[in-house]
Amino acid sequence: MKNNLIVSGSPHIRKEGSVPRIMWTVAASLIPAEIAGVVIFGLDALWVTLAAIIAAVLSEWAFGIFTKRKITVLDGSAVITGILLAFNLPSGVPLWLPVVGAVFSIFIGKQVFGGLGQNIFNPALVGRVFLMASWPKYMTTFPRPFSYDAVTSATPLAILKEGKILEHISYLDLFLGKRGGCIGEVCILALLIGAAVLLIRGYITWHIPVTYIFTTAVFTYIFGAGQFFHGDWLFHILSGGLILGAFFMATDYVATPLTAKGQIIFGVGCGLLTAVIRLWGGYPEGASYAILMMNAATPFIDRYTKNRIYGSK
Amino acid sequence: MKNLVKEFTKGIIKENPTFILVLGLCPTLAVSVSVANGIGMGIAATFVLLGSSAIVALVRDFIPDKIRIPCYIVIIATFVTIAELCMKAYSPVLDRALGIYVPLIVVNCIVLGRAEAFACKNSMARSFFDGLGMGLGFTLALILISGIREFLGSGQILGHALIKGFEPIFVFGMPSGALLVIGLLLGFFNLLKNRKA
Repeated sequence: MKNNLIVSGSPHIRKEGSVPRIMWTVAASLIPAEIAGVVIFGLDALWVTLAAIIAAVLSEWAFGIFTKRKITVLDGSAVITGILLAFNLPSGVPLWLPVVGAVFSIFIGKQVFGGLGQNIFNPALVGRVFLMASWPKYMTTFPRPFSYDAVTSATPLAILKEGKILEHISYLDLFLGKRGGCIGEVCILALLIGAAVLLIRGYITWHIPVTYIFTTAVFTYIFGAGQFFHGDWLFHILSGGLILGAFFMATDYVATPLTAKGQIIFGVGCGLLTAVIRLWGGYPEGASYAILMMNAATPFIDRYTKNRIYGSK
Repeated sequence: MKNLVKEFTKGIIKENPTFILVLGLCPTLAVSVSVANGIGMGIAATFVLLGSSAIVALVRDFIPDKIRIPCYIVIIATFVTIAELCMKAYSPVLDRALGIYVPLIVVNCIVLGRAEAFACKNSMARSFFDGLGMGLGFTLALILISGIREFLGSGQILGHALIKGFEPIFVFGMPSGALLVIGLLLGFFNLLKNRKA
């Protein structure tokens, strides 16, 4: 009789989920937002995204060849980095900008730390912040939605920052993406469709996005206007890169805390920093800086929120 | 004589103060925005190193062990003051650009490090050449870092534009750019060292 008793170490539950599978699903969940971006800003948005993806994949491949390590292009993480980087750029940038940003994201943001799983910061955000610090002129010139030519318009947050009165823009416009902004951040509806797929599949949990958005809302409601408790919290949720950041970048597996408790701390921290930068900081939008700062704090959060090992005190 | 040449050359590559000993990073990070600043800082530090190493070696037998560090600091500070006043007199522009980092050479770890690790144990001639080599190594490292930063950060070298239509990467003119460049160069030199070993 064949011996059916198999003795093996953990893990004992095996599923089909694997790193490439998750990564490619995340990439697919970003497609609705990309389509929305192309509809709103024209084909320029598509070229910028493709340039970023191709540059990210090629640099990942080149680094693998150069360092004689395993070539990790097919796990899809470089593709996601490219897409997320492009989502954080205005559609009117010259095409070398996403290329430089993607190369920087992969080399400096990810590979010098040892590749996927070792990076302490979200690579796409590292690329964005690098571009923002290097070429602010391009990074803050946003094309007007549905104009498809060189007409530019400021983002709602930037108008608010300058102290001007916002010409009437309805919450529905903000929700559907009829505003100036980066390619992937404008259409909240499309982002939520992608996020729903990830939540239903269980690839991300609610902890970080919900606490992040909730904290920003509460904070801007309290302090967002001249007097307390009169801030326009819905406007703050729907504008800027908050939704994109909360669902797709603050939920990066590598650079965020492991436990639910830690993730809640992470989300609250991101929310506080985003609101503080928006209300009192130098930049109109602070989601990317908030997430990067909390990425830096992740090791400490992890250290203090370890789960109790079963059976121990 | 052969010994002296060895003391001189080791500071340039084999024991380069910036990339191999990783000393004196504070002025390196701060002043490496442009090549002119880098050269000025390098020359000032080299002068101080030369003078302090030679004098410390000369008086090494008279300095009581317990108060040797204060004695070194007095000697170093003398040369730093000379360098600072000369710079103020002959090159006020450079002096303004380098600012507080010239007087801060007093606590530069390369200068104190060489006094403590080399000059207090060796003859005056050897210490002199050691200081010269270390100063030259520091200057070369500064020129390399500031060259990369000035080119990428403003598209120029020593104030001359090199490539037409090059859009400067502002981040390399900022402190974060200094950390990036130094980090990558340190990695590169470690790679070379490991290849050789």
